[in-house]
Amino acid sequence: MPDSESRACSFADAGSGLPSGLPGLWITALATLAVLLMLAALLWIVAVNAFGWFWPARVSEIALDDGTIRIGIVVAREALPTIDDGDASEAHRIQLKVGSRELTRADFVWLDESEIVGGTTPEDLVRVVRSEYGDAFGRIVGAIDAAGASVDVSSGRALEGLLETGKRWHSERRGLEGERDRVRRPLTRLEERLDLLERSARAQTPQGKHEMAALETAVADEGARLASRLDGLQTDLDDLEERLRSSRLMLATGQAELEVPLGHVIEVVWANRLGFLGRCAHALRGGVLFLFTDPREANTEGGIFPALFGTVLLVLLMSVAVVPLGVVTAVYMTEYARPGMLLRLAGQAVNNLAGVPSIVFGMFGLAFFIYEVGGAVDHTFFSDKLPTPTFGTGGMLWASLTLALLTVPVVVVATREGLLAVPRNWREGSLALGATRWQTLRRIILPAAMPGILTGLILAVSRAAGEVAPLMLTGAVKLAPTLPVDGMPPFLHLQRKFMHLGFHIYDVSMQSPNVEAAKPMAFATTLVLLLLVILLNLTAIVVRRRLRRAYQGQVV
Amino acid sequence: MDMTRNNASKGKERGIFQNPFDAAPTGPDETPLTADGTALESRGLHLYYGETHALKGIDLGMPARRITALIGPSGCGKSTYLRCFNRMNDMIEGVRVEGKVIVEGADVYRPDVDLELLRKRVGMVFQKSNPFPMSIRENISFGPRMTGVRGRGKIDEIVERSLRQADLWEEVRDRLDHSALDLSGGQQQRLCIARALANEPDILLLDEPASALDPISTAKIEETLLQLKKLYTIIIVTHNLQQAARIADLTAFFMLGEVVEVDDTTTMFTNPSEAITEEYITGRFG
Repeated sequence: MPDSESRACSFADAGSGLPSGLPGLWITALATLAVLLMLAALLWIVAVNAFGWFWPARVSEIALDDGTIRIGIVVAREALPTIDDGDASEAHRIQLKVGSRELTRADFVWLDESEIVGGTTPEDLVRVVRSEYGDAFGRIVGAIDAAGASVDVSSGRALEGLLETGKRWHSERRGLEGERDRVRRPLTRLEERLDLLERSARAQTPQGKHEMAALETAVADEGARLASRLDGLQTDLDDLEERLRSSRLMLATGQAELEVPLGHVIEVVWANRLGFLGRCAHALRGGVLFLFTDPREANTEGGIFPALFGTVLLVLLMSVAVVPLGVVTAVYMTEYARPGMLLRLAGQAVNNLAGVPSIVFGMFGLAFFIYEVGGAVDHTFFSDKLPTPTFGTGGMLWASLTLALLTVPVVVVATREGLLAVPRNWREGSLALGATRWQTLRRIILPAAMPGILTGLILAVSRAAGEVAPLMLTGAVKLAPTLPVDGMPPFLHLQRKFMHLGFHIYDVSMQSPNVEAAKPMAFATTLVLLLLVILLNLTAIVVRRRLRRAYQGQVV
Repeated sequence: MDMTRNNASKGKERGIFQNPFDAAPTGPDETPLTADGTALESRGLHLYYGETHALKGIDLGMPARRITALIGPSGCGKSTYLRCFNRMNDMIEGVRVEGKVIVEGADVYRPDVDLELLRKRVGMVFQKSNPFPMSIRENISFGPRMTGVRGRGKIDEIVERSLRQADLWEEVRDRLDHSALDLSGGQQQRLCIARALANEPDILLLDEPASALDPISTAKIEETLLQLKKLYTIIIVTHNLQQAARIADLTAFFMLGEVVEVDDTTTMFTNPSEAITEEYITGRFG
């Protein structure tokens, strides 16, 4: 069609050569692209780094020109830093994770590539995941069972049997320890009461002394009553411990021969024998274990379960607190307050609250919730435990309330918008039918504003799940001995300190004794935090969508 | 002004201050609610929106169980006037009312008026149909439930009766639990009429109920209103002069916040006494 083409040309030529509006299109499109790329890069970097934590890498055996052998996992490769600008810039070095911290004090070594004479990945090399001193890499050259007899490791079956036995003993030990604690619980409680009494001011009063004497007798009686059962359990445990200690694996690490007691062995991985599917299965299992086990070795090993649990519970409690507070505030501001200067000021104040740095909320939570409110609660209800604070110290309750305060502006703003969007004729219709204002609010306006309220909640949850600064002041800790929920009445212990994913990331990457080893763990935790926030958001979005659908289809 | 033709003396007193829960359906016996047969009345009614003087001393009475149409050009105050009878103007910031608005013999602007009861007695249907985002059944039962009616059987009875009165029952009887928002525009408006009827009101205020509807739906609504007038006092604001001519017993012509003329509909449309009324009716302005 030459006609139309020439016409198009004449249009294009008529202008300055560049169609108007095109630079604007380019600039905006490029900016959008940059934003999307950055988002993708963020997810990619976190995911790739986290993946390294779960993927079972090959174990290499590297021979150096001085005759030494190093066994481990190749982690990184980089150009050798040069001092002068000679031709040495071609040289590289590799970083090898050799583990066995008790031998070399460091998990990682740098090896100059020019010194390497050979590298192989034989199938008999293993990675031993241990409960102490981190991973060990090497070759199993021997084993000793509980009776002191040597096990023939050349036949895989005998070794497997030993490892199975070790696993069984591990679970038996867990069971025995649990039972011991259960049997001892009445005695433990009495001791705790006595301990609290001894440290309180009442210990000096005659009545307090009397109570203490009574408690001491009770402790002695209870101890005598439980003695035989506890002794029996302890004997069994000691016996098991002895077996776990005396049966050992001999591991040739290249540097030395390590004796690893079965009690320390969590898992033996023949990483070089695994096929692709085996690796995938291993990674998947690792991921699940990561989510649902406790951390070990100052958080550098093991899982993140307490942190995950703490984060979810914190966000839930925060939601329970923030929704009523935010919604009631928004309802007053939109439905009842007289429009004017004062309302505008209040609205601005709420908006500005959203811009206050979160650490300021942390300070407020510390000063007001913990010292003032918590202190008062302790004086009123837990005075027998003083000076040991119960609520007068950081904990789940105060942290969630602090977060609720931090996120309340978001909920207020979103709810107000939701309320204002409710069609005026629904209100009029309801009032014209003889409904009171309160009935109209409850039956018509609030249900119709629900999508807005949920939008607020989504934003609040997103913000709260990622906050760390205020939590550091109000109760997040590196390692919490107990979860805030357990089988002891009242089951939900809001005064307890807790672990949190965000704080865990900071702790693992900045405060860890072994930063290099913990790096992938930090990324894995970051990935979990990201996924958690996304999951919480998705849930709320799905709910909101369902609700919105109920209000669609309005004709005319 | 031939406002009080039905001068029956057997009127019963059912003011909104007495027997607050006496909501028995009024029978089809054409009994006027007040002694002189006037159900609604305003005396010297002035209304201001802030500085704007919207109603300038309206004196008007409307007979029971008749349809009274309020006509007039846009902005003449007829909707505002209508909304005085169930005090919907209260919702608007800065509204001031002077004079008397009398419903069933009682001044509705007295401070001790039970507003919810008043609105139950004086139902209203709006220009834009406004079904709630609920099922048809929930829409109809909303008013009764809000004013204290309980019990599934009783509610079902009310739902059926109201829908039948609004001539909607046959169309929706199989889908009472479907969303009311799925109904067509005309059905939605009849649903709104049924919803107002569910409260068993004495008076029905309609603010241009058919202005957004097609001719068939409009005809259906008009038919319904002619049926309903046997039981209810109906006041309808309309822009459609033919509609007023078709259904109203009495017509009042509003202009610039004043009543220019009020008369029997036939007289009004054949032989108006004011020149301006004739100009409006014949379509020379408006």
